[in-house]
Amino acid sequence: MAMLEVKDLQVFYGMIQAIKGISFEVNQGEIIALIGSNGAGKTTTLQTITGILEAKAGKITFEGNDITNMPGHKIVKMGMAHVPEGRRVFANLTVYENLKMGAFTRKDKGEIARNFERVYKSFPRLEERKNQPAGTLSGGEQQMLAMGRALMSNPRILLMDEPSMGLSPIFVDEIFKIIEEVSSEGTTVLLVEQNAKKALSIADRAYVLETGNIALSGDAKELISNEQIRKAYLGE
Amino acid sequence: MSFLSNLINGLSLGSIYAIIALGYTMVYGIAKMLNFAHGDVIMVGGYVVFNLMTGQGMNPLLSVIAAIIVCTVLGVVIEKIAYKPLRGANSLAVLITAIGVSYFLQNAALLLFGSDVKAFVSVFNVKPFRLAGGALTITGVTVITVISCIVIMIGLMLFIKKTKSGQAMLAVSEDRAAAELMGVNVNQTISLTFAIGSGLAAIAGVLLCSAYPTLSPYTGAMPGIKAFTAAVFGGIGSIPGAFIGGILLGVIEIMGKTYISSQLADVIVFGVLIVVLLVKPTGILGQPIREKV
Ligand SMILES: Nc1ncnc2c1ncn2[C@@H]1O[C@H](COP(=O)(O)OP(=O)(O)OP(=O)(O)O)[C@@H](O)[C@H]1O
Ligand SMILES: [Mg+2]
Repeated sequence: MAMLEVKDLQVFYGMIQAIKGISFEVNQGEIIALIGSNGAGKTTTLQTITGILEAKAGKITFEGNDITNMPGHKIVKMGMAHVPEGRRVFANLTVYENLKMGAFTRKDKGEIARNFERVYKSFPRLEERKNQPAGTLSGGEQQMLAMGRALMSNPRILLMDEPSMGLSPIFVDEIFKIIEEVSSEGTTVLLVEQNAKKALSIADRAYVLETGNIALSGDAKELISNEQIRKAYLGE
Repeated sequence: MSFLSNLINGLSLGSIYAIIALGYTMVYGIAKMLNFAHGDVIMVGGYVVFNLMTGQGMNPLLSVIAAIIVCTVLGVVIEKIAYKPLRGANSLAVLITAIGVSYFLQNAALLLFGSDVKAFVSVFNVKPFRLAGGALTITGVTVITVISCIVIMIGLMLFIKKTKSGQAMLAVSEDRAAAELMGVNVNQTISLTFAIGSGLAAIAGVLLCSAYPTLSPYTGAMPGIKAFTAAVFGGIGSIPGAFIGGILLGVIEIMGKTYISSQLADVIVFGVLIVVLLVKPTGILGQPIREKV
């Protein structure tokens, strides 16, 4: 059984249908890339999985539990974390307080301390700036904070929405290196990206979303050499 | 000496405004709405104390505690019934609903307690303080009001800085969806905000009616508007702003009444507000509204 299963999912904004009945699955330990152009429905899909948007039809299962339309705060508690599009750090809270918010569902003090250590080890910059308001960080640092904050809940699956958006190449490389690290430590990853080349290079499998439908799916290595993909998403 | 005594009266009135303004500003910051019924919760607190203490002869302290409980529950119930169904509706609809709730509370009080103005007996039995050889007298209510306000202010700041629920409030006020993604129960956090704001309104009601010993169904309306002004003055959404705005408003009002004109006091208060907003549209401690990406 897959860790995360999305089945025939449909999502609407008012009368407009953004997701038109998609199905996909993420297995334990995988890095899955969800790629597609602007407005394809990637963010909508992630937000529906984590309970921010409502599913009109379909079913979402996480580790065997039906989480369709469950309130977001309960889903986090079950071991799923979501790094939202545009980072969405709490600008007026310090870096430390942001990370602490990430551990909101965790009660065990020792576990929280270990998570702090792990996050500071992956992102030494965050430790250097821990008393600084998050709003004063650079874009790349804010992305690191958004990732660190999600990791503070010690999730079994991490959903990431365009972590490379607006970052310089060096930052992009660093972020992707950390995604691989997180994955190698046992966290399952569902990665939404416009930077298809980068995403496919680290993913096991990928799904291509086109205007609310899954147009293509398969092994990341195969998709990277697929003629259609190269034309549409890799700009070749 | 009379200047000093006026200043102290201003601080006292300002403390009451500040306590009410804290409720306004917290609800605005966290639920993103103007709860225009907030002032009327003060009046409800006043009636609870009046009926229990003067009517039933209950111990003053117990009456005050009862008022705090009643108002806290009332605030949570108002939010659940009137505002929660409108979450995500446009802000004008929410504002009109809040005005409706305000009229509802006033008319319910009219029906239950009548329109006659009640003579409120102060809940505090503290001797006035005589300073400077009797040249300066400060009433017990004044001292208790100012101290209550300071204690509430410090308590609230500590609560927000040090507790998990307080941090959740800050997170919700900044970004509701992101807070939900951290595992914060947003609805519960908004409920808690209404509970705290309304409990504070009960305390403000007791202090107000003790300092200005009359009570009618409209008792909360004007102080409510003044406190809202104070919250805007200080920077709506900011807790220290509500405190500073409240105190300043009280002092300006009393000083204006004494040294300029008792009829023009309110004109002066709102005039100062307009000047402040022209110079700094977000209020004294308000932050510019960040554009969401
Ligand atoms: N709040 C909204 N109201 C109405 N329509 C929306 C809303 N949010 C998104 N949409 C529409 O839903 C579709 C999918 O949007 P979504 O944000 O999921 O795309 P995306 O794949 O994440 O795009 P991008 O790569 O630009 O982030 C788009 O057509 C978009 O216009
Ligand atoms: Mg998107």
